[in-house]
Amino acid sequence: MLKVDSLTVRYGKLTALDGLSFALQGGEFLAVVGPNGSGKSTLLKCLLGLAPFSEGSISLLGHSPESLPSERIGYVPQAKTLDLSFPASSCELVASGLRRSWPWKIGGREHERAEQALRQVGIGHLSHRSLAALSGGELQRVYLARALAREPELLVLDEPATGIDASAEQGMYDILDRVNREQGVTIIMVTHDWLAARHHCSHGLLLKSRLIAFGPSREALCDANMATAFGHEGHRHMAEPGDGHA
Amino acid sequence: MPEMILIFMRIVACGMLVGFSASYFGAFVVQRGMSFLGNGLAHAAFGGVALGILLGLEPLYVALPFTVLAALGINWLKEHTRLAADSVIGLFFALSMALGIIFLSRAPQYSQDAMTYLFGSLISVGMGNHDLWVSLGLAALTIASFPLWTRWAYSTFDRESARIDGQQVRREDYLLSVLIAVNVVVAAKLVGIVLLSAFLVIPAAAARLISASFSMMTTLSVVIGVFSVALGFVVSYQADLPSGACVVLTQILVFGLLFLLNKRGIRWPREM
Repeated sequence: MLKVDSLTVRYGKLTALDGLSFALQGGEFLAVVGPNGSGKSTLLKCLLGLAPFSEGSISLLGHSPESLPSERIGYVPQAKTLDLSFPASSCELVASGLRRSWPWKIGGREHERAEQALRQVGIGHLSHRSLAALSGGELQRVYLARALAREPELLVLDEPATGIDASAEQGMYDILDRVNREQGVTIIMVTHDWLAARHHCSHGLLLKSRLIAFGPSREALCDANMATAFGHEGHRHMAEPGDGHA
Repeated sequence: MPEMILIFMRIVACGMLVGFSASYFGAFVVQRGMSFLGNGLAHAAFGGVALGILLGLEPLYVALPFTVLAALGINWLKEHTRLAADSVIGLFFALSMALGIIFLSRAPQYSQDAMTYLFGSLISVGMGNHDLWVSLGLAALTIASFPLWTRWAYSTFDRESARIDGQQVRREDYLLSVLIAVNVVVAAKLVGIVLLSAFLVIPAAAARLISASFSMMTTLSVVIGVFSVALGFVVSYQADLPSGACVVLTQILVFGLLFLLNKRGIRWPREM
């Protein structure tokens, strides 16, 4: 599914990623975790062909990032990067995922498929709602519906829990778990929420420009590794009271 | 047909064609937050017009490449520096104005052309078929770009997904800027450089107030653009007032009406 070999990314004198190597099998659920500036987003951009890399190689779905078959990939961007003043309905946004361009008008069959994807994430009733009128959690589900409408082999999410409340976050993870287990969709998710990652993801990748740990999530994201990546103080601050991780 | 009626019909036809093109691209200008680009390119057009006057050539034909180069320069500098878009546009704005002033100061004699382009002139547009052909060419160019609407709209909303889905977003941005530059130059003679950015932006901004989809916003913007130009020109012709000012005031009137509809919660198509 994914093979990353000696991936190095440099921006001038700064090394964002240093010799990163790992491989992911189909059907796995990977959380990419690390402190700010650790190279999480850079890795995601390299995988999706959005950023060049200095050395190494990437093979995703048997392709290099420059020739990715995007119809086999569902992407959920960070909500903050999108223009929420854009006049559009949930249905149009999902249809853009199906069509891979923005729809002038949505045809009957396309409309049906978009509504089906919205129902899959539990918001079929919001099909005609304007994006601006949606809550953070609803919006995140619309993006998920857009990604899932393609029936992708791989789902890529960039900090999907940012800006949504705990209940909406739980709902989102329930959908991801279901899609991963029942449909066998491989998931790569960049997240700051390592506690949720340890619980929901099969694998963890801990980064701090270089690889700190990779493997089953409970092992890769264990306390000792988290302390190495975040430092003791940062780790203690992140852990929840009574969680036993501090 | 009396000559005056023929001239008037020619003026209105030119206005509606230019209004159609400018308000179509205006939808992207407004939604991408590029209003200042319209202003910057309008002033770049001034530099080109002044150079045309200095060289004794038709100002339009000098302003066209001059403004297109400015549009490309703005995009290029934005891409290759960490400067914000408004800083880059401001730089080209100032450069073009400074050059325009120098060119005009060196022109052998005072030219009415400079005033025509600064404030717009209906009479100069209506005197021959030349401007009508240019306006028709612009409208044809706009229609030819219709297939790109879905791609520009996609990257307007979500640039990253558009790139992942194989869109050549940078190349398409350059093309959009060039087409906006062409619109700016052609519209300059009708409405004048001073009011050009408003002419480009107001129909789309008004349409945005009551549009629930981007396709509706584009359609309404074009409808407002075409009819506000026609109405503005009629007022301008009848009352002997500057054309650009009449058109822009008509557009602002439409904006006000749609603002009232917006406050009543009216959206089109209706949200559920």
